[in-house]
Amino acid sequence: MKIHIKNGRLIDPASKTDKALDLFVGAGRIVGVGNPPPGWGVDGANSVLDATGCIVCPGLVDLAARLREPGFEYRATLESEMAAAAAGGVTRLACPPDTDPVLDEPGLVEMLTHRARLPDFAHVHPVGALTTQLEGKALTEMAELSEAGCVAFGQANRAIVDTQVLLRAMMYAATFDFPVWLQAQDPFLARKGVAHDGEVAARLGLAGIPVAAETIALATILHLARETGARVHVTRISSAAGVDMIVAARAAGIAVTCDVGVHHLHLCEMDVGFFNAHARLDPPLRSQRDRDALRAGLASGAINALCSDHTPVDDDGKQMPFEEAEIGATGLELLLPLTLKWAREIKLPLVTALARVTSDPARILGVKAGSLGLGSAADICVFDPLAEFRVTRENLRSQGKNTPFLGVEFPGRVRYTLIDGHLAFDGTLG
Amino acid sequence: MSFMNGGGNPQLNRHGELNHLLTIEGLPREVLERILDTAAPFTEVAEREVKKVPLLRGKSVFNLFFENSTRTRTTFEIAAKRLSADVINLNINTSSASKGETLLDTADNLAAMQADMFVVRHASSGAPYLIAQHLRATGRDHIHVVNAGDGRHAHPTQGLLDMYTVRHYKKDFTQLTVAIVGDVLHSRVARSQIHALTTLGVPEVRVIGPKTLLPTGVERLGVRVFNDMREGLRGVDVVMMLRLQNERMQGALLPSTQEYFKSYGLTPEKLALAKPDAIVMHPGPMNRGVEIDSAVADGGQAVILPQVTFGIAVRMAVMAMLAGN
Repeated sequence: MKIHIKNGRLIDPASKTDKALDLFVGAGRIVGVGNPPPGWGVDGANSVLDATGCIVCPGLVDLAARLREPGFEYRATLESEMAAAAAGGVTRLACPPDTDPVLDEPGLVEMLTHRARLPDFAHVHPVGALTTQLEGKALTEMAELSEAGCVAFGQANRAIVDTQVLLRAMMYAATFDFPVWLQAQDPFLARKGVAHDGEVAARLGLAGIPVAAETIALATILHLARETGARVHVTRISSAAGVDMIVAARAAGIAVTCDVGVHHLHLCEMDVGFFNAHARLDPPLRSQRDRDALRAGLASGAINALCSDHTPVDDDGKQMPFEEAEIGATGLELLLPLTLKWAREIKLPLVTALARVTSDPARILGVKAGSLGLGSAADICVFDPLAEFRVTRENLRSQGKNTPFLGVEFPGRVRYTLIDGHLAFDGTLG
Repeated sequence: MSFMNGGGNPQLNRHGELNHLLTIEGLPREVLERILDTAAPFTEVAEREVKKVPLLRGKSVFNLFFENSTRTRTTFEIAAKRLSADVINLNINTSSASKGETLLDTADNLAAMQADMFVVRHASSGAPYLIAQHLRATGRDHIHVVNAGDGRHAHPTQGLLDMYTVRHYKKDFTQLTVAIVGDVLHSRVARSQIHALTTLGVPEVRVIGPKTLLPTGVERLGVRVFNDMREGLRGVDVVMMLRLQNERMQGALLPSTQEYFKSYGLTPEKLALAKPDAIVMHPGPMNRGVEIDSAVADGGQAVILPQVTFGIAVRMAVMAMLAGN
């Protein structure tokens, strides 16, 4: 299959390219940038994709998308969420281990990656459980899990309470240089909390989670990272103080990376409004000042990547009083529009903004991806930056319709998604 | 940013009239005053030979109590019956919820029984909002929701009856200093009192308590914070005591009831720091010897029993106004 993507504006953050260039794809790879490869001309492309008015960039790389398989198929299936990924321009994603059963056995990981190996499906990288059952007590067989396809080891959003176990888990992972992905939230300070411990929680009578829950856990993680030399990636940072600590740790020579969830870039505690269960997220939406620090931190690179933290929840799970409602928001199809919105609002060049959802997260995953260089896998997203995407239940392909943005319209609509040179999504088909 | 359930004040209808009573926060001063004015003549109903007016005749009021409370449920029941409504009491923590029925399923089922009003008590903050939003989304806004206490969030009829009591004894809100004492963190009553007092123009509202029992950022609600009770009571016109739940002794919030009483219990000696004509209020049920000394609870400055009497009139006023809108 030979594909010619013509008349587009090519943005490739990996090479800092932002230029009108055609792209040529053959045998699943990028074979020509600007000009076709030699010999292309004889019978030309099998297919020509018109990218007039569009931006052509690497397929998005999402560091956190819950596919809900195995175990939670009533909330979402691999099919529904992969359709959502393709429609959102996401061609590669990491999924957290908090499935049921949790991803703590090689067989489960192999089954998931096997099930996900279809041409229309994004590349799936499971994050293996760092401890069995995510219980924070015993180590998983990390070497075996790695062979089965795990790119990193983490706890999703369940903390390891016992710091001795955390230390040993990080030491063991460091033995094999496996990355450790950890969310920084002290389980005691967060106990029973459902919202940021601030003005809104005080007003609504919701139990609060103080910023100290993040900073204390982060301090522990950073100290142990220094002790063990483990490659640590901090997931879903939520506070200004947290960002400052990451920056200080790097200055002190600790090789730590971190990401932020896309909702935390745009929303804050105020958006809980009148108990809007769609704003029930983990970590909680914090103050406006925290949100502004996250926006600035992502722009400067203090925060390395932006992820959807995609968490499909069925209606029954959200039609509950705020504190009883299930946590999370659907995000795969909102990652691109919300990235563009952030970039526009802080006047960030697209080539930098798109790096946070392509080449930068690819580097954290440790895979060769997120680039449009010659010879790269043809994982490509073509989107119209001006076409509106209206967030409605009908427009969302994810089985999870749970988003605080329902009814909102964003510019930025995917026209084509290619995975390994295969047209996985065609937005012109309506 | 706009989102699905967030926009507007969900308790007002298109004409800005009260359709549900979910919280005092955000209600205009005139609405609060109208409720208090409407309550005044209802206090006389109780003194009649036939303690009934026909304002809610033929209407069905469902008391949905997902959390036990004999006292509040009884006062709502009396209020509805004095308005001639049919009253159905459901203690749901002992029926459907334990069978796995969701809150909204329960509401749907009762709505299908032609309910006119839901009086809702729930352990989770915001539960009555969820019901009101659901009724609106399904075109059944004619069913009115009265919040009878939700989690730590609000207890608006308690706040209103407290305002009625203050007005009865002190007349002018704009000259008062009011202190709210105790476990503000876990108190829906305190939140409703704070919003009511600030809306009605009380120039100084104080909250008094140990740091473990005051919410983060409480000063943003427009109150002055005192950790020393003696300092906080100096010169106040009204003392509103809060109930201290026994379970607060767990979870490292307080060391003991004895120590709490020493620091934050209202004794005659501490009350003497307030104005000589200060009144003492309590939402009940009281813990004598924990937050309040019996000498104060039974003393001449306490207006705790009149609060209960006024509570029925205020609840009658709220129900009558909602049914009339």
